Amino acid sequence: MAMLSFERKYRVRGGTLVGGDLFDFWIGPFYVGFFGVTTMFFSILGTALILWGASQGPTWNLWQINIAPPDLKYGLGLAPLLEGGLWQLITVCAIGAFGSWALREVEICRKLGMGYHVPFAFSFAIGAYVTLVVVRPVLLGAWGHGFPYGIFSHLDWVSNVGYQYLHFHYNPAHMIAVSFFFTCTFALSLHGALVLSATNPPKGEAVKTPEHEDTFFRDTIGYSIGTLGIHRLGLFLALAAVFWSAVCIVISGPFWTRGWPEWWGWWLNLPIWS
Amino acid sequence: MMKASSGFFRSISIAMAALAASTLLTGCERPPIDTVQHGFRGTGMVQVYNPRILVPETYKNVVPDALPAVPSDGPRAKDVYKNVQVLGDVSTAEFTRLMVAISQWVAPKEQCAYCHAPGEDFSSDSMYTKVVARRMIQMTQAINSRWTAHVSQTGVTCYTCHRGNANPEEVWFRSPQHPQATRALGNDAGQNKASPNVGLSSLPYDALRDYLSSNPKEIRANGATALPTGNRASIKQAEFTYSLMMHMSDGLGVNCTYCHNTQNFAKWEGAPPQRVTAWHGIRMARDINATYIEPLTSAFPTARLGPVGDVAKVNCATCHQGAYKPLYGVSMLRDYPQLGRVTGATGATGQAAAAKPGMLGRVLFDTGRSDLSAAAKAEIDKAVKAAMADASVKIALSGFTDRTGNPQANLDLARNRAVAVRDALTAAGVPAARIDMRKPEFVVGGADANSRRVDLVAAR
Repeated sequence: MAMLSFERKYRVRGGTLVGGDLFDFWIGPFYVGFFGVTTMFFSILGTALILWGASQGPTWNLWQINIAPPDLKYGLGLAPLLEGGLWQLITVCAIGAFGSWALREVEICRKLGMGYHVPFAFSFAIGAYVTLVVVRPVLLGAWGHGFPYGIFSHLDWVSNVGYQYLHFHYNPAHMIAVSFFFTCTFALSLHGALVLSATNPPKGEAVKTPEHEDTFFRDTIGYSIGTLGIHRLGLFLALAAVFWSAVCIVISGPFWTRGWPEWWGWWLNLPIWS
Repeated sequence: MMKASSGFFRSISIAMAALAASTLLTGCERPPIDTVQHGFRGTGMVQVYNPRILVPETYKNVVPDALPAVPSDGPRAKDVYKNVQVLGDVSTAEFTRLMVAISQWVAPKEQCAYCHAPGEDFSSDSMYTKVVARRMIQMTQAINSRWTAHVSQTGVTCYTCHRGNANPEEVWFRSPQHPQATRALGNDAGQNKASPNVGLSSLPYDALRDYLSSNPKEIRANGATALPTGNRASIKQAEFTYSLMMHMSDGLGVNCTYCHNTQNFAKWEGAPPQRVTAWHGIRMARDINATYIEPLTSAFPTARLGPVGDVAKVNCATCHQGAYKPLYGVSMLRDYPQLGRVTGATGATGQAAAAKPGMLGRVLFDTGRSDLSAAAKAEIDKAVKAAMADASVKIALSGFTDRTGNPQANLDLARNRAVAVRDALTAAGVPAARIDMRKPEFVVGGADANSRRVDLVAAR
């Protein structure tokens, strides 16, 4: 594999969080590190458990393989392996692998002397996952409230959990999260269109500068957030979407048991008009 | 000046804090939460309850003590009292006991005087309340004897709906027509009113009119085929259906997954058995309204009628009152069996196991068996001949079962019986494409030879 221009700087010693020099080496182009080892351990074990679980299930159809969490009767205890215990082990492996990967990103950031934006952003995704399979199940008192690991089965779970609260679109945090997701994609499409337009001028013309890009948006909508600002905005929109997604599911059940439309009773009962 | 303004800001901030706190309190619940699994693990089919909200509900669902039992022998009520039209066959002791019980259930304050005018003979029908009460006794008997598919052996009594109120708390009236309803613009189809009828959602608030009274509309809005083949229902119809579903959720204190695996709302396979009970419940509510309640409209004084002059009708909440089973499934009928059987002419239309139009044959089975007898084979041959004579005829098969024993085993048995008939049909040369397997059905009423059957019906 060809050496990239920044590889020399990347391959600097130190910056490790754990283990000192022990795992501070590369295999081919890949940095190993202590957390690379733990990532490999958890991801290989977790994948093997999923494959074994599939072998014990009724189908090898990729869409229908399902590793389901335990029955609610097991509460926050351990379940027999083929009755949800496997789901519990795979959850541990998944959290171990995701967390290890985030910490490996931190070590690489330290080696490169850059900010922690990437592990920070990834930790929001991990946080959303942990909210779904740990925080909310613990608040509700049973691991069985986690979602099943399967392509179709997890979609069925999403549908049914939504309908537990009759109409999930009335969930205020869901509203905020959806708005952030759409705003995020909208901002990305504007930004992508702008960059592609500026860097692909007609034949014979020079590539446009950021000054030109700013002018385009100042002309059309009166404001340009700028070349740096758009990336800050994009990060904020993406993380806010993930954060509010986690909020919208963790409040469904632990902090609200009825239909979400009913939650808006406080609004209807405001003394201004009621 | 400074002092006055700081006091002003303090009171403003206290008011704001109070508002925020009350908003948080009304807008929030807290763990621990009770959950009830309602499907295979990991499907998310779970009922979610706040035990602190359920406490007052449990008080609402306490069953009153039964009156001491009395002998069922001795002279009959019709031989002792005059004008006894519906409870004539019961003993005078039972009759009196039931009258006392009804007065406590329905009119604990007025007692007998609620239906019997003071100073008049008990046989007088001068008060409308008595006319209505008589019809309601007939209705209760019909529900308990003909709608066991919904009320099972638990049954209902007057108390199920009345709970000590002369007028049941949960009833519904039609809404006046929207002023723009007949015009091209401005017809909101009853939406966006945040009505409690639909759990404060934007759905149409007047949907029960279409589903729970006479001439009901089709509840199912989605088509039976992937591509449009004549189904004209749109989002508008679907929203009316959702309104009915919101009412059912609200009336029973359950969420959608109590009856549905929402992966596919229409599919019966994988849906909890409660959906079958609910299906019969919808038909029962229609029957009650159309047969017993709506014909009584002229008996009521105007003050008791709704805004468009219609009578107070029943919906799911009338009996359930927010509980998954009325009174949490405690049977009061067991103490008052006189309400469990039809004791006089009722004029009610029950569901008899009569032959349906288009019937090609009826195959009967022995208890617990799914193999075909000689008589069964003769019935199947009849259906084969009919099918061979007309190539456009499809044969719809549905196995029936009663509600005694294990429901799942019963459904399996009904399915196995339908499969046995299907295999016999294909063996006789009927193409498989012309056989339509329908879902197993429950017979209404008791177990007899007719309940162990597979019906072959012509379908096109």
